[in-house]
Amino acid sequence: MALITVTDLVLGYDSQIILSDLNFKIDQGDYLCIVGENGSGKTTLMKTLLNLKDPLGGRIVTGDGLRRNEIGYLPQQTAIQKDFPASVWEIVLSGCQSRCGLRPFYGKEERKLAEENMERMEIKELAGRCYADLSGGQQQRVLLARALCATRKVLLLDEPVAGLDPMVTSQMYDLIAKLNKEGITIIMISHDISAALRYADHILHIGDKVFFGTKDEYLHSEPGRFFIEQQKGENKDDR
Amino acid sequence: MIDKLVLYFQYPFVRYAVIVGVLIALCSSLLGVTLVLKRFSFIGDGLSHVAFGAMSVAAVLSLTNEMILILPVTVVSAVLLLRSGQHTRIKGDAAIAMISVGALAFGYLLMNLFSTSSNLSGDVCSTLFGSTSILTLTKNEVILCVVLSIAVVLIFVLLYNKIFAVTFDEDFAKATGIRADRYNLIIAVIIAVIIVLAMNLVGSLLISALVIFPALSAMRLFKNFKYVTVFSAILSVICALMGILISILSGTPVGSTIVAVDVLAFFICYVAGRVKGGVIG
Repeated sequence: MALITVTDLVLGYDSQIILSDLNFKIDQGDYLCIVGENGSGKTTLMKTLLNLKDPLGGRIVTGDGLRRNEIGYLPQQTAIQKDFPASVWEIVLSGCQSRCGLRPFYGKEERKLAEENMERMEIKELAGRCYADLSGGQQQRVLLARALCATRKVLLLDEPVAGLDPMVTSQMYDLIAKLNKEGITIIMISHDISAALRYADHILHIGDKVFFGTKDEYLHSEPGRFFIEQQKGENKDDR
Repeated sequence: MIDKLVLYFQYPFVRYAVIVGVLIALCSSLLGVTLVLKRFSFIGDGLSHVAFGAMSVAAVLSLTNEMILILPVTVVSAVLLLRSGQHTRIKGDAAIAMISVGALAFGYLLMNLFSTSSNLSGDVCSTLFGSTSILTLTKNEVILCVVLSIAVVLIFVLLYNKIFAVTFDEDFAKATGIRADRYNLIIAVIIAVIIVLAMNLVGSLLISALVIFPALSAMRLFKNFKYVTVFSAILSVICALMGILISILSGTPVGSTIVAVDVLAFFICYVAGRVKGGVIG
């Protein structure tokens, strides 16, 4: 059984439908990139996958023993976090919270898990530092370590490289690819189509035309070719 | 000076005032950090005005136990205000401002129209700026305050890690299965209880100071959530104690003296934070 199966999903706010008849499935170990224009419903889809929002219709079924609260999430930064007085250690440890249930304090097991994931993200020496004082790339590593504490299977990443410089961006992508090789399923929202094509093995394109399939299929599909051309054009304009 | 204090402390009402003052300062500072970070600094102000409105209604109805009315009304308002942070048409700050001034106006209007007291402006002034009522506490009121304070501290300590997770990143907390709404509700109820308690001490206009100043002072010095919380609690207790002692010795109003000490402490922390460039701890 697939890890996550989405059938006939309808997304939107109140009665306004953004996207309907969405079907796709994600298997253990996949690297799925969700691409599409702004306003096409990428963030809404992610919120629905995370159970933050109810779908207007359709179903999301998790399999392979994955519980709905076992999805690790790397959100975009919020304004509150910019001056939040919290140490890296406190933040990473807070990823273990869902494992605690109603237990009020963290136990040895949670501390160990947090330490392991900080090592994994190479941020162990930052443990006592204040989150707000870190660079953008370091902050993303902290939030990744936190997300890893919450899951052993799936990571959902919402624009993980937004606002990072090119050097740090490629380090971030390498890090995500490494996690994927270790067996963690990656679901990533991205603006960056070239990175999506380089790292992902599956593409979900949402917008006027919906496409779901492997990267190679996408490259030869109509929405794929159109979108790639368009993005290239935009990138040229930027320069 | 010491002699004078020893003399004063022989009176039970002075001891009661100190106990209650310190406990309220402790409780109010605990949630201050969360409220400041969630951009709800003014909720204390809004809720205390609601409590003032409710108190006026209770006075008009000549209820013997005003708490029966004040506490539920304030709790309900707190729940509504903290909920409104997310998806309502009137945004958080506007909602707080609206309820705050609305309740203040209605409270004063009611007191004016139906007052039985001969010294109306005195009554109003003492509810707004804190009164001598902290010096006229009965033993039962002190016991009630002690019990509620212990409950608040206990709940806060038990929920500390969850409150941190929900404050730092509500979406992440929800996505990983933490019932964020439930904890927001608990925070709202606790803050309402604290405010109703604190009205006796500093009055409804100055309550915000007890909630936010210790937190803001601690945030100048520390950049770690646990240290900020602990330091703001300690600072708040020290300031309240100093404020009460100064007011006893020099006959100044209790509430505003405590707040003045809080403001002073903030400036000291601000300067210290600038000089040290922020201690990590």
